[in-house]
Amino acid sequence: MGELKHVTLEGGASGTSGFATTKLDALLAWARKWSLFKYPFVTACCGMEFMALTSPRFDGSARFGAEAPRFSPRQSDLLWVVGTISQRQAPVLRRIYEQMMEPKWVLAFGTCASCGGFYDNYTTVPGIDKIIPCDVYVPGCPPRPEAVLDGLMLLQDKITKNATGDRRPGIVKPREDPVRDLIQLRKKSSREGEA
Amino acid sequence: MEPIDLDLDENELELPSEPMHLNMGPSHPAMHGTVRIVLELSGETIVKSDVQIGYLHRGFEKMCERGTWTQVFPYVDRLNYVSPMLNNVGYALAVEKMCDIEVPERCQWYRMILGELARISDHLTCNGAMAMELGAFTPFLWYIKAREMVWDILEEETGARLTHSFGRIGGMANPPTPALKSMCREAIPAILKIVEEGEGMLLKNRIFIDRLENIGKISGPDAIALSWTGPCLRSTGVAYDVRKAHPYLKYDEVDFDVPVGTCGDNMDRFLVRLGEIRQSCRIILQACDRMADEGPVNVDDPRVILPPKQDVYTTIEATIQHFKLVMEGAKVPKGEVYSYTEGGNGELGYYLVSDGSGTPHRVRIRPPCFPITQGLSDLINGAMLSDIVPTFGSLNMIGGECDH
Amino acid sequence: MSVRVLEALKEKFGDAVVETHSQFGDDTAVVRADKWKEVCRFLRDDPAMSFDMSVDLCGVDYPDREPRFEVVLHLYSVAKRHRLRLKARIGDAEGEGAEIDTVADIWIGVNWFERETYDLMGISFKGHPDLRRILMYPEFEGHPLRKDYPANKTQPLVPYRTEEEAGVTLEKQAPFGLDEGMPFGRRAWGTDRGES
Repeated sequence: MGELKHVTLEGGASGTSGFATTKLDALLAWARKWSLFKYPFVTACCGMEFMALTSPRFDGSARFGAEAPRFSPRQSDLLWVVGTISQRQAPVLRRIYEQMMEPKWVLAFGTCASCGGFYDNYTTVPGIDKIIPCDVYVPGCPPRPEAVLDGLMLLQDKITKNATGDRRPGIVKPREDPVRDLIQLRKKSSREGEA
Repeated sequence: MEPIDLDLDENELELPSEPMHLNMGPSHPAMHGTVRIVLELSGETIVKSDVQIGYLHRGFEKMCERGTWTQVFPYVDRLNYVSPMLNNVGYALAVEKMCDIEVPERCQWYRMILGELARISDHLTCNGAMAMELGAFTPFLWYIKAREMVWDILEEETGARLTHSFGRIGGMANPPTPALKSMCREAIPAILKIVEEGEGMLLKNRIFIDRLENIGKISGPDAIALSWTGPCLRSTGVAYDVRKAHPYLKYDEVDFDVPVGTCGDNMDRFLVRLGEIRQSCRIILQACDRMADEGPVNVDDPRVILPPKQDVYTTIEATIQHFKLVMEGAKVPKGEVYSYTEGGNGELGYYLVSDGSGTPHRVRIRPPCFPITQGLSDLINGAMLSDIVPTFGSLNMIGGECDH
Repeated sequence: MSVRVLEALKEKFGDAVVETHSQFGDDTAVVRADKWKEVCRFLRDDPAMSFDMSVDLCGVDYPDREPRFEVVLHLYSVAKRHRLRLKARIGDAEGEGAEIDTVADIWIGVNWFERETYDLMGISFKGHPDLRRILMYPEFEGHPLRKDYPANKTQPLVPYRTEEEAGVTLEKQAPFGLDEGMPFGRRAWGTDRGES
């Protein structure tokens, strides 16, 4: 879709206000990152934190447009692997991943899904990336909901970047911190006072 | 116009009634991701079912044979991950039984408070998830809100929201915080209020009641023969609760009732769990009144308890003791023990075999869900397909515990 | 109360009861493997015993002993509130001949416990209605809870992706070695990955 460079959106009847120009890929990425349809592949302990994440206090997925769970892999584009994957479970996970439509992303929720955790034994898969590609790893056993939100924002950043061909790892931009700004302001004013 | 089936006899009119095979799970929203049920259906009625577990087998028992006795605690946490504190306490009691240690009184009350908080969290999750699977999303959000209150207390005490690893052989990792009692006294009325609101939403709902009442029935003797314990057994009217029948910690000194059901259907299991939340609240309030504000939490026994940090840095004896306890582990006397407590789902037993060294020879957990899940097949045979969801939800099968 | 159980067992079965003890307050009786079923039936049906609930059944591996395995059954009587641990010793040093009668027809709750013991410990139960693997998958070879099964030896069902396929580094660097942080002086059963 690289040929079509600019899209103009016409807003208002007069046509004098409300223009936005963007690349089509960027527009698609923007739309995708705010409407992730998740497939929760919940197996273990992390499922408890996953429940807490969707509960009113953290409201972790609705705020990012990822609220609606789809229990059919064909309708979803973000696979949450929540919990330990045993060797017995591995073919199931693999098949579910293969059933999902492109574009698709995978989020490894917790240490067990990321690397097997402290279950270094005969029955546990040492990380889902041994079986399927994985986009974001959220560490923690189980991760706190805040950590998962961080991971979700990383994924959004990754979606934006990949649309423009940027292969660098995603980052979560530091947010405005009023306290820190206040301190810097004070420092600045005191320095000015000295001078 | 003549009917087209004029020259057909009765049998040919029927569609061929071959049984249909259906595979439910392991990745099914109501199967908690860890159970697969292979069903043979005649229409919508279940003729035969085969419950297959093991999708969350993580080798708990093998892993425990590698570290010290204390290093078992994190693994124990992740067995029943809805009430980790009860598992911690159960395992600590089992090892203490072998070492012949009794923890100080303050610690016993402390363990009771934390354990009962975990039980509340367990039952709230079970009932909430069960309601959610039947389509009632609001009570689920209500119960999770109440669970967050419980977790706030546990986080303040232990530092972790879910997997605390807080128990130690001969005590706890840290003494109670000064705010514990006031936090409990504030949170419990709020939790009870939420429980009542959730109950009000569900128990007046015709759809919810119809899907629960007289579904998944089991009689008391059947449940005993299947080795059921805990809320599922009590829902059949058998009042067997380890806390009453064989009191441990200080359960013989507090006043609480054992809620029992009458006919052992899904509704009874739901109501027994709600009743137990209220009883747990009573226990916590009494324990808060009885627990001393000052006093030792850990037992004064150098075999198992680490010396104070101050001494480790200043005296050679304490340094050596610390080193030996960490590197070799606490030496547990040779022998075998079976210790049992009331977990979230029933009798949580630990069968430990020690060869006298710092590493367990065998750690065997008796998971209460395991026999309960075994009975699922009997409950759903002959029922309708849609009855699986409430029946399975009310059994509260926890994957980590059931599959070890 | 519970000492009477051991006394009654000894009186009824005589030589078949190899050993009894009450360590840590848990009454234990070791019986001969060929009398296993008979003893269990007596314990359930005798009105003075009435062990109506089988709490747990598991196997323990003692690689230094002969017979090598112990089958451990925990019983409880809901009516009389007493408990008993019943054990039988089977199998030779190679792990062969580990076979015992099933008690799944006496307590139906034992069914899955016996399947689990068969799966993880490799003890087979004669006459069991449905002796399949329960926790591991059918393709799995060996019995993981035996002490000679290496803890880290995996048998993947899905072949792992290679690094060429993935295009990224898959091998995670552990911050510590396999044995670091593990206690000194322990018997290192099966810690190698099985290829050596």
